[in-house]
Amino acid sequence: MNTLLLSHELLVLALGLGLLLVDLWLPLPAKRKLGYVAALGTGLILLYSLVCVRVPPEGAAGYAFSQMYVLDGLALFFKRFFLLAALLVLLLSVEFADRITSGLSEYYALVLFALAGMLFAASANNFTLLFAALELITITFYILTSFQRHRVASLEAGVKYLVIGALSTAFMVFGIALVYGLSHTLSFDGLARAAGALGGNRVFLFGLVLILAGLGFKIAVVPFQIWVPDVYQGAPVPTTAFLAIGSKAAGFVLLLRVLFLAVPDITAHWPHLLMLLSGASILYGNLCAIPQRNLKRLLGYSGIAHAGYLLLGVAALSAAGRAAVLYYLSGYLFTVLAAFTVICVALRQVDGEDLGALAGLHRRSPLLAATMTLAMASFAGIPPLAGFFGKFLLLKAVLEQAPACAAYYYLTFLALAGIVISLYYYFNVVRVIYWSANATDLSPIPVSGPIRLAIYACIAGMLYLGLFPGGILNLATEAVKALP
Amino acid sequence: MSPLTYILGWPLGAAIVLLLVPRTFRPVIRGIAILATLMAAVLAVKMFLRFDAAAAGYQFEQQVAWVRSLGLSYHVGVDGINVGLVLMGALVAFAAACVSWEIREREKEFYLLLLVMTGGILGAFAALDLFCFYFFHELALVPTFIMIGVWGRGEQKDYATFQITLYLSLGALLALVGLIALYVQAGAGTFDIPQLAAHLRAHPLSPGAQGFIFPLLLFGFGILVSLWPFHTWAPPGYSAAPSATAMLHAGVLKKFGLYGLIRIALPLLPDAARDWMPILAWLCLGNLFYGGWVAMRQKDFNRLVGYSSVAHMGFVFLGIAALNLVGITGAVLVMIAHGFLAALTFGLSGYLYQQTGTLEIARLGGLLRRLPFIGAALMMAAFAGCGLPGFANFAGEITVFFGAWQSYRLVTILACWGALVIGAVYMLRAIRGLLHGPLPEAWAGVADAPHLWRKAPFLLLLASLLIFGCYPRLLTDKIKPAVSEKVAPALAPEIPARPGILARPAPDRDAPQPPDASPAALRRAGAFPRNSRG
Repeated sequence: MNTLLLSHELLVLALGLGLLLVDLWLPLPAKRKLGYVAALGTGLILLYSLVCVRVPPEGAAGYAFSQMYVLDGLALFFKRFFLLAALLVLLLSVEFADRITSGLSEYYALVLFALAGMLFAASANNFTLLFAALELITITFYILTSFQRHRVASLEAGVKYLVIGALSTAFMVFGIALVYGLSHTLSFDGLARAAGALGGNRVFLFGLVLILAGLGFKIAVVPFQIWVPDVYQGAPVPTTAFLAIGSKAAGFVLLLRVLFLAVPDITAHWPHLLMLLSGASILYGNLCAIPQRNLKRLLGYSGIAHAGYLLLGVAALSAAGRAAVLYYLSGYLFTVLAAFTVICVALRQVDGEDLGALAGLHRRSPLLAATMTLAMASFAGIPPLAGFFGKFLLLKAVLEQAPACAAYYYLTFLALAGIVISLYYYFNVVRVIYWSANATDLSPIPVSGPIRLAIYACIAGMLYLGLFPGGILNLATEAVKALP
Repeated sequence: MSPLTYILGWPLGAAIVLLLVPRTFRPVIRGIAILATLMAAVLAVKMFLRFDAAAAGYQFEQQVAWVRSLGLSYHVGVDGINVGLVLMGALVAFAAACVSWEIREREKEFYLLLLVMTGGILGAFAALDLFCFYFFHELALVPTFIMIGVWGRGEQKDYATFQITLYLSLGALLALVGLIALYVQAGAGTFDIPQLAAHLRAHPLSPGAQGFIFPLLLFGFGILVSLWPFHTWAPPGYSAAPSATAMLHAGVLKKFGLYGLIRIALPLLPDAARDWMPILAWLCLGNLFYGGWVAMRQKDFNRLVGYSSVAHMGFVFLGIAALNLVGITGAVLVMIAHGFLAALTFGLSGYLYQQTGTLEIARLGGLLRRLPFIGAALMMAAFAGCGLPGFANFAGEITVFFGAWQSYRLVTILACWGALVIGAVYMLRAIRGLLHGPLPEAWAGVADAPHLWRKAPFLLLLASLLIFGCYPRLLTDKIKPAVSEKVAPALAPEIPARPGILARPAPDRDAPQPPDASPAALRRAGAFPRNSRG
């Protein structure tokens, strides 16, 4: 077995463990700086991945652990994606460090362990590794969510995530057991061969539906979205940010692999199920976001809607649709992290992240105000930002399938309705920032150097993806060639 | 590089430069904005004069691949249809930058958004790629919303901002779905408009596909142009907007939907266009009558102008619905004329508001004594709005009527009455209320435009109205060949290549049919000679 195949995961694990070790000898005030070390290390691993790891050509993917682990274009795309997300989340964690009373180094290390889980998820080619990777992610997130032990809200979020997460795990294990019992295989390739004969078996289909339900919890799609608002609101900001982008993307890469690698024949008969999930998520997320006053809660509901948009690309059942999902996720990464960075910095003194606390932000810090505005515009899908081109690709993928099946037209109009609704609450955030009359505190907000850097990176990412979509789109198109 | 790239590059480039200018350098910020729009206007005038009306195809073209795998490109170029619109847009943008001295707070952001909006508008009219076309339009639309929200006026500002945002976004998204569906159904793998047009001429879409896409474009674009009954966003939006925004949106950006119908919907979906045009003809009466009727009852001058601009859009729709060379030429002429007129009116009303702090007609009066220049300009704008000969609006409206008469006699008769009587009533009543009668004590201190610099934007717009009004051939000679070349598939039912359309029995639509939509009348319309310029 080629150990180099696992280089990303091993390096990240080593970094996390090293951090815990160094922590033993560090004096308390220096611990905060450890986050920069973690971020730097993640950055170096990302650099290593970009420079030294070549994208495996089509059909020449590397396998490890008797084909349990695969390193193909799709896996590599998502590994780089997760590394970038973790890098920005770690910078955010340093900014947030003074609000964490104890165990700071553990917080950084846990972020890295969750990252390792996501890296494994990107490579899962077998239900065993899929389950192990998901558990690594979920269990670290239980701790990360309840890390502010002095805040009841954080503990409450942790318990809710634990209970509902355990439930989803139970669903998934039961589903995997049923599928294994009937097909006698856990590997995706083996299942693809066996599934043809089992296509009509109801128990087998039931098992698959349970597995999809387990993944549905991760990507927060209706009807498995119930945990989202409370957990998003209660968790520390960097955790919420990582949950919003990392956990969702991990769910999507696994969903893509299961649907199109393990059971492609059955998926081809399920477009209506996927459309239903997508449409319901878009409507539910957008409608529920309207009355929200808490910013993190609002972003939680909007995250449900975005899961629905992403499912549009999955429901299209085409390579163009899958490439659009990857593209949309890339834009979503910069947008979500920009929004959460602003929330983290601008609402430092305010407990509860109330929307009204953003009033007068344009005077307190024009940079943060502009960043939040751009993020909202990108969420809403306004050119020249990443969200616009992503939505364009998703709608195009759906409309390409529409002549064959009229239901896609209804889905398109549902998505349109969702986008128009979402404009209301995104625009409302912009309204509060720029022309709300109730600004009480007008003291300037200092923005530290690394955070400034992270913000510039997010803005550059949103603009680059919106203005020059060709590069990432080609990468995404190449990556999804790993899926037949 | 095409001069068009410079025309839209100046404002967008200046917007980036503005980012780097400290916010305390107020004269510099304003200077950059005015200089950039002036450069765009000068270049547009130069391009307009160099335009060769006799040449076929597009001129001043430039194409750069954007996303190869999807067939997206940055493609700009002009023909007779949009050369006048680009000119009008650039001149109005310069005027809008000039009148913005009334903005006193957060100037940097204001001029930044104004420049982005200008660049987006000019790009939308110059684009020859479906994606670019939509992209630039959205780029111009979003600054509109923010400008109304931040620098708008009146108590209903927030409500108006959200209404215009949601309404126009809905329209734009419907049009986007229509455009994507058009791309997908055409199957040519390109968003390039000339290529798509050539492809669809050779392989027309099935009637079913056309019948699905056309209403999306018609109502999507229709919402953007305040087609009755989707016009309710316009009057509150314009009365809340700062004057530069209202000038640019009502004058130029709103014409995007009409331009889209003429450039995309009619030539690419000709069969569906013939089915839907009778319906559009009756809807345009809604604009003319309902818009005019409500305008008569308005107490606020800006709302009155807003409703009158809704009413004026009726003429353009009527010209498009006529589906013949004369009608569509007239429609383009009205678009350009109304652009200058709406900009002039909103600029002047902004001046009044800045002086008095109100636009309620009942509280004003006798202002002509204090404001000889502004008052006279407002009077001329009102006359232009009524369709007085000598102004470009008259030339456009009469051409539209000539064209529409061929297709819809009853609608044309009704529209003439609506235009002449109702328009004159509300405009002249507003003039009486604002400029004549006793001067209330409170307004004894209002001052006229003090020097040439303040008068310049209004003079420029008035001069344009008069030049194109007295000599409309400047435009029609360019528009006509372009319309007969580009819109031909929709225009001529008797083109030999498409006999099936003519032979088809009366279409099975349930909408009310005007008496003259019969194939015989359409054939007469197509055969109508070219000598009926206004």
